[in-house]
Amino acid sequence: MSEISAEQVAHLANLARIALTEEEIEHLTKELGQIMHAVEQVNQVATPDVPPTSHPIPMQNVFRDDVVGQTLTAEEALAGAPESDGSRFVVSAILGEEQ
Amino acid sequence: MSEHLIRLTASELGAKLAAGEVSSVEATRAHLDRIAAVDGAVHAFLHVEGERAIATAAEVDRRRAAGDELGPLAGVPIAIKDVLVTKGMPSTAGSRILEGWIPPYDATPVRKVREAGLIPLGKTNMDEFAMGSSTEHSAYGPTYNPWDLERIPGGSGGGSAASVAAFEAPLALGSDTGGSIRQPAHVTGTVGVKPTYGAVSRYGSIALASSLDQVGPVTRTVLDAALLHDVIGGHDPLDSTSIPEPWPSMAEAVRRADVSGLRIGVVKELDSDGFQAGVRSRFHEALALLERNGAEIVEVSAPNFEYAIAAYYLILPAEASSNLAKFDSVRFGLRVTPDGGGTVEQVMSATREAGFGAEVKRRIILGTYALSAGYYDAYYGSAQKVRTLVQRDFDAAFTKVDVLATPTAPTTAFKLGEKLDDPLAMYLNDVATIPANLAGVPGISVPAGLAPEDGLPVGIQFLAPARADARLYNVGGALEQLLLAEWGAPLLDRAPDLSRHELTATEEGAL
Repeated sequence: MSEISAEQVAHLANLARIALTEEEIEHLTKELGQIMHAVEQVNQVATPDVPPTSHPIPMQNVFRDDVVGQTLTAEEALAGAPESDGSRFVVSAILGEEQ
Repeated sequence: MSEHLIRLTASELGAKLAAGEVSSVEATRAHLDRIAAVDGAVHAFLHVEGERAIATAAEVDRRRAAGDELGPLAGVPIAIKDVLVTKGMPSTAGSRILEGWIPPYDATPVRKVREAGLIPLGKTNMDEFAMGSSTEHSAYGPTYNPWDLERIPGGSGGGSAASVAAFEAPLALGSDTGGSIRQPAHVTGTVGVKPTYGAVSRYGSIALASSLDQVGPVTRTVLDAALLHDVIGGHDPLDSTSIPEPWPSMAEAVRRADVSGLRIGVVKELDSDGFQAGVRSRFHEALALLERNGAEIVEVSAPNFEYAIAAYYLILPAEASSNLAKFDSVRFGLRVTPDGGGTVEQVMSATREAGFGAEVKRRIILGTYALSAGYYDAYYGSAQKVRTLVQRDFDAAFTKVDVLATPTAPTTAFKLGEKLDDPLAMYLNDVATIPANLAGVPGISVPAGLAPEDGLPVGIQFLAPARADARLYNVGGALEQLLLAEWGAPLLDRAPDLSRHELTATEEGAL
């Protein structure tokens, strides 16, 4: 199961939106194989009768009254943005030519 | 005067401030002077507040003079790990992707320390997004261990630990996802506490793995950690995983520290040949000392701890790959546009390629893989089952004992670069600290002495059941007093004199 190909890593990089270089893909392919081989040992004890735990402390839904709380102003929210028009975030085209 | 002020513990400094023997401006100035003198060599700080810290201190002095009721740490300076967002102060989490970002709000623990009158000195260095055990994965260069500047200060919170060990700050805030507070404490001869999951709000802590992260104190003494814990702990409606029940005073637990009748369990699986000889000998000497003072030492087994690292390196990357999706070049931080422009997705991919370091990319890809359709059950699902098994090991152990004890980490501080090219070897640093994060239980690392073979600090870790954080302060405080009586002076008095680096630091500028 731990056999990982360069094509797979390139696909994962695309899913994760990281434009990895060929060199990085090659390096990561080797490393991921080694790491996955090491972490696969979880399957030695993770038998069907063991329930999974997602959070360490049992949680329950948290409710509050539906009233406006303290929020950031538009100016504050936009202050750290790479580009804005004063009231909105500015991004480049959503669709490419082929779409 | 200035040299004297920086060597006081936070509680001693707080008492002198309350008595009017020293002003917060003087105390803050002394620490800023120390930072200017030694941080060129240590590089614990990514940002220093400078005159703004002096202005904050002057305000606390003014309130004190006006007769305002102030807490025990009012006027005491504090360093803040760069993972916590700070209004008006840069917050990068050690990453290029957030370089220059000034958050518009404070993390809850930061708000609480400000409200308690503490003086933020600046932001401390860390592995990028807290991914690492050596602070070598910071995008802004490593931090150096004050005990030996060729060695790592631990990680991810190497900056916070080094800042208190180098007397640049009496207190610091850290965050611990798999040992990032406790392991740096171990290698720098300082105290670090990972509270129970949910004891301290995570609001405004830049998330690494949301089900594992916990903010906590980094200090030189157990009492100082307790006083800071009392400030930052408690329910916060802004964090839905915050525990709503009230907490007892941790400082009281230290002041009443007494181990007579306390049952301490030694985890058999973490007392093995895999640990450096000097780490084990100091560990056993500490246990023998506690036993002579009334504690009962019992061996316990935690067979599933063996699988904890494997589970952790599936759960953490999975959660991190989701959490780090927010760095999309739209709302904050870096934006890199490919040559000739591109769609928003191409801009995002180019930004993340340029803005993330190698370890962050490694873990995002790993997490994306672990969460992929077809692999989810085998990897992430199985890791969550191991989490259940680790919790059961803790539950079983805590039916027999009050607290558990382990060495905090397998070795003393290693040299920079030694494990940088071997991610699996680096991950093994966290073998003793990870189980607590998986189970949500609290842990403390307290100095246990120096390893005879290399003269470097060694820590002992205590773990308690969830919500029983006060037990850690009891046993940690008791051990600290017993060791202090044996040593005659705090361990950090044996650290090298960093002031001899002043000249080189000034000549070479910041490293």
